[in-house]
Amino acid sequence: MDLITTFFNIDVLRQAAPLLLRGFWLTILLGATSLVISLSLGLLLVLIRLYSPKPLRWLAVAYIDIFRALPLLVLLILVYYALPFVGIRLSSFWAATAALSLVASAYMAETFRAGIEAVPRGQFEAAQTLGFSWPRMMADIILPQAMRLVVPPTTGVSIGLIKDTALASVVALPDLLKQATQTQAFYANPSPLVGAALLYLVLLLPLVRLVSILEARQKRSR
Amino acid sequence: MSQKTASPSGTDPIITMRKVEKHYETFHALRDINFDVRRGEVVAIIGPSGSGKSTLIRCINRLETISSGEIVVDGTKVEDGKSLALVRAEVGMVFQQFNLFPHMSVLRNVAIAPMRVRGIPKAEAESRARQLLERVGLSAHVDKYPDQLSGGQQQRVAIARALAMEPLVLLFDEPTSALDPEMVGEVLDVIQSLAATGVTMLVVTHEMGFARRVADRVVFMEAGQIIEQGAPNDLFDNPQTDRACAFLSAIMHSAG
Repeated sequence: MDLITTFFNIDVLRQAAPLLLRGFWLTILLGATSLVISLSLGLLLVLIRLYSPKPLRWLAVAYIDIFRALPLLVLLILVYYALPFVGIRLSSFWAATAALSLVASAYMAETFRAGIEAVPRGQFEAAQTLGFSWPRMMADIILPQAMRLVVPPTTGVSIGLIKDTALASVVALPDLLKQATQTQAFYANPSPLVGAALLYLVLLLPLVRLVSILEARQKRSR
Repeated sequence: MSQKTASPSGTDPIITMRKVEKHYETFHALRDINFDVRRGEVVAIIGPSGSGKSTLIRCINRLETISSGEIVVDGTKVEDGKSLALVRAEVGMVFQQFNLFPHMSVLRNVAIAPMRVRGIPKAEAESRARQLLERVGLSAHVDKYPDQLSGGQQQRVAIARALAMEPLVLLFDEPTSALDPEMVGEVLDVIQSLAATGVTMLVVTHEMGFARRVADRVVFMEAGQIIEQGAPNDLFDNPQTDRACAFLSAIMHSAG
């Protein structure tokens, strides 16, 4: 058996393609859903973390620390296999979405915090002296500046999140990796795995490049 | 706002500070400040750096909290709560570092607070902003962003931004200290032209010539205390305290 027929077997790839593409779609759907949830939750968390009264603030700190410390795979298995014991039964898609969002929102919150803290104090003071209410000050003055600063690191966290969707195959979600391992077993040929790897690259390489471009642009504008 | 029609020469105080004390951790920043500002009065605050000048005016709009005492602005006590936004909307401030909003055009910098805080429609706020920018000589720059302007131009935008809220009181915190020398004049000219309009102003400054020209009253501070105050000519030409004397002679020497 030569290299081509083992790893790049066109016949196998052609037959596996519909399943791989279906898995690819599910991976994108899982990544996008988790991304939207973790961005919103991360913003909420950082506002609580920075500006709420003390007990709430401590809760936000605890949340952020715990979910950054807990391995995602362990959390995923807890959500999928342990929660049913207390009557919470999530589908593999929503179990994966929950685990990914819990962890990614903690990282998002820390990223956003760096951005908010990088906005000069004078910006807060200028808005306050003009009579801005706190929500208006955040919405019009502070967050637009903070978010611009954190576009590159936030994109980085998003890339990590999309990569981590592959862990969902552990809870039997037929995502890209799961489809690849199943077709690989069926055809007794690893080409589908190579195909899956290529599809991950198609999705993520442009994003990785984008982060570099954004970082370079930001460095220049400083 | 009927208050604004009150005669500039009226004697009723618009700002009252009573027994104000301010402590940072171990540093006593303000000591027993008792201080009134009349409606329409222009007050220059001078003194060595670290003497509490900036802290004093920053307490008036509660950018700094006070440790004890009382501050009243236009009949409203300055304290946390719902009334604070009202006080702040009536008290404009111009900072040493300009603090323009870098993500907004010059026009929007000036129009945003009336829109968001007073609920004035965009078209109206922007037309008023254009008038103000014309008044500070920046009509040609309304669509630029702050980082495209010189320091002097940025500070004039900041003044227009403060004026857009039609404040009863304007606080200037060393408005020319961050400027290149050739730009100081254009900013002082704008401030001087405002003094003639009857708005109450407190100006923390190191520009003694400006203080003498524009102020109705000059306050000399040192070590967190008001040491001496009076009409500019009296204070500059005939200071009554040794410390004011020493400060002024040091300034005059360094000014050459």
